[in-house]
Amino acid sequence: MEFGAIVMMILGLGITWGGAAVCIKIAMKSKDI
Amino acid sequence: MAQRENWGTRTGFILAAVGSAIGLGNIWRFPYMVYDNGGGAFLIPYFFALITAGIPIIIMEFGLGHKYKGAAPKTFFSINKKWEWLGWWQVLVSFVISVYYVVVIGWAVNYTKFAFTQGWGTDTKAFFFGDFLKLSSSPLELGGIVWPVFIGTALVWLITWAVLFSGVKKGIEAANKVFMPVLFVLILVIMGRALTLDGAFDGLNYLFKPDFSKVLDPKVWIAAYGQIFFTLSICFAIMITYASYLPDDSDINNNGMMAAFINCGFSMVAGIMVFGVLGYMAAQEGVGIQDVAGAGVGLAFITIPKAINLLPASWFFGPLFFISIVFAGLSSMISISEACCSAIMDKFSIARKSAVTGYVFVGFLASLIFMTEGGLFVLDITDHFINNFGIVFAGLVEVIFIAWLFKIEAVREHINSISEFAVGKWWNFCLMAITPVVLGYMGVRNLLGDLNEPYEGYAIKALVIYGWAVVLGVFILGVLIHSVTNDKD
Repeated sequence: MEFGAIVMMILGLGITWGGAAVCIKIAMKSKDI
Repeated sequence: MAQRENWGTRTGFILAAVGSAIGLGNIWRFPYMVYDNGGGAFLIPYFFALITAGIPIIIMEFGLGHKYKGAAPKTFFSINKKWEWLGWWQVLVSFVISVYYVVVIGWAVNYTKFAFTQGWGTDTKAFFFGDFLKLSSSPLELGGIVWPVFIGTALVWLITWAVLFSGVKKGIEAANKVFMPVLFVLILVIMGRALTLDGAFDGLNYLFKPDFSKVLDPKVWIAAYGQIFFTLSICFAIMITYASYLPDDSDINNNGMMAAFINCGFSMVAGIMVFGVLGYMAAQEGVGIQDVAGAGVGLAFITIPKAINLLPASWFFGPLFFISIVFAGLSSMISISEACCSAIMDKFSIARKSAVTGYVFVGFLASLIFMTEGGLFVLDITDHFINNFGIVFAGLVEVIFIAWLFKIEAVREHINSISEFAVGKWWNFCLMAITPVVLGYMGVRNLLGDLNEPYEGYAIKALVIYGWAVVLGVFILGVLIHSVTNDKD
């Protein structure tokens, strides 16, 4: 895989699953999930 | 009047909302959209569309459903009595989608069985169109019922009926608590296997290699917004309905963002899985990825079966793939049907069991046309028109109604008052400016495209019957239901 492709794949996975993780963390903080 | 049902847990609601958003499109549409629109560079407009349209609309719909505690018609009626028709329009769009979507899941049920022995043979294209669908020569030649499709579809209707019949908590929530974790595990297992195959990383390279020149192409931006609109189950009554079952103290903003991010994350994983397999297939056949890459029905029922034939332990991974398709489709099918049933229950004060049974019976009869030998053609036309005009225009009217004609600030105050974190004025701006402009442009462009050139070269008569008449019919019927029932009241 080329460097650019690796970066974009990691970026895509990071933004989506990172975003989801932050949301879940906020929900867990409020002991609501 | 009976008290409105509630979700049992927040996790249950999130899984149901995610289950609704994750559908066949995540697996067979998103990867090709990325590949065909600049590779990794497509993710830039895609995430921009997610932030400026997808998340604002899903939060808006969660907020409306939660605030007014009703399915789409009741919600719009509560805002302004003259606008109930908009809800019925969206419900009827959902109904049309459900009656053909169920047939595609029925195909996948059949293919799960074929996958154990690769019953599709070596010529997967001839098998799909000929042996399996017995495809006629045109949409105007329906022919007879294709019985394996009939049986598969009947099974999916039966499951949908059983889930909805059991209610929000014991039916929809319980089903999604099984479907979603299993779906994620299956996709991860297949992805893991795909990545260990020869040529898989060449496939991923093709998928993610960025062509940044495409970011300057307006068509790529429209494709990104289109993908976001279609992937999140927004603008056709579902999310409003699901949010109407939330308890009073629900975190709307976080729920909306969570559902959107998980859905898009699933798309990313599905893209890696699909292009990993396609990379392997291209390597095995000694062809380029461009020769095997595709989308939609062709990808799922022709290309992937061909790739499964080449896989080691194909008897194991083949069924897993099609079970994933069935689960992804079922969770969406349940949500689409619930949006319709909930509207019927709200309006006519019918008990859930009667409403669901009646809906499934009528839906099953309506889906018969898609189970015929000409069914694939009819499905293709109806799907094209209902997506490009039904969802886009109903969404445009919804956003204009809420953002411009109703006090959008009142919705923002409501959702911020009960959420862990607040959305700022940017949310109003996205809904008042960006979303209507993009949806309006998409709608006009779609309209001009179809008026200038018959879709896929089909006969005008077929396009009128299965396309234009359906799209106009659901709008007119929506207005009629509003007029007749409110006159009576």
